[in-house]
Amino acid sequence: MLNHPALDLVFAALADPSRRTMVERLSRGPASVSDLAQPLDMSLPAVMQHLQVLETSGLVRSEKTGRVRMCRIEPKAFATAEGWFTKRRASWEGRFDRLEAFLAEEDAEDARSIGTTKPRRRS
Amino acid sequence: MNTTSAQHDTFVIERRLASSPARVFAAFADQKKKARWFGCVDGWEVAEHTLDFRVGGREVWRGGPPGDTPHRNDTYYHDIVPDERIVWSYAMQVGGRRISVSLATLELSPDGTGTQMRFIEQGVYLDGHDGFAERERGTKDLLDNLERALREEG
Repeated sequence: MLNHPALDLVFAALADPSRRTMVERLSRGPASVSDLAQPLDMSLPAVMQHLQVLETSGLVRSEKTGRVRMCRIEPKAFATAEGWFTKRRASWEGRFDRLEAFLAEEDAEDARSIGTTKPRRRS
Repeated sequence: MNTTSAQHDTFVIERRLASSPARVFAAFADQKKKARWFGCVDGWEVAEHTLDFRVGGREVWRGGPPGDTPHRNDTYYHDIVPDERIVWSYAMQVGGRRISVSLATLELSPDGTGTQMRFIEQGVYLDGHDGFAERERGTKDLLDNLERALREEG
């Protein structure tokens, strides 16, 4: 039972690291599509596709001015989202990001110790 | 205005993790491991974190921004199937007020050498602590959260 279909779109949009990079950039101010593409290792059409997902979710809007498509964050999308639910979910997303980072560290520690000491169990 | 209200919500988070189910399970079961990811919000201090990880066991987490509103999580473990499932309930307090009570289910299944993780939270959020000011702040908090996640991805 999901009570917030709009929120599902928002979180699906934010589930992708490239799209989070784009949102993070836009949270600092409006940017052109090529500005958004700059830190990402992908083609412009791929960036446009990600932008479309963000626009569908309502997090971002864009408009063409002359030959440049400018993108900006849509604060209403965040404001209309139910406060606590959004925050609670965001806080679990943050926790799971940290869990992933921790697990990756553990794997790296394992890989190092395999090289220097007796082999350890792979679990 | 003193309002009494109860709002209900359910959400699901699914992730594919590169580590095995045993590894992921251990990150929830072992206090030392869990302390490395669960409550380490940037700039927050952890005042207490005790974990008695067994069916009928409890976990207490207290902490918050230094000198600011203390947060408290009280957890009770209802069901544990090693490497497969954990069911717990938890109550959250902020500044001594109960803000929510939730039932959480974590399901792990092997996916190649990794794990498919499914987290379901069913909660009741108490007494309209999500006021309008709170909602406006929610925007900023969400962005802060995103920024932190991005930094950690490095």
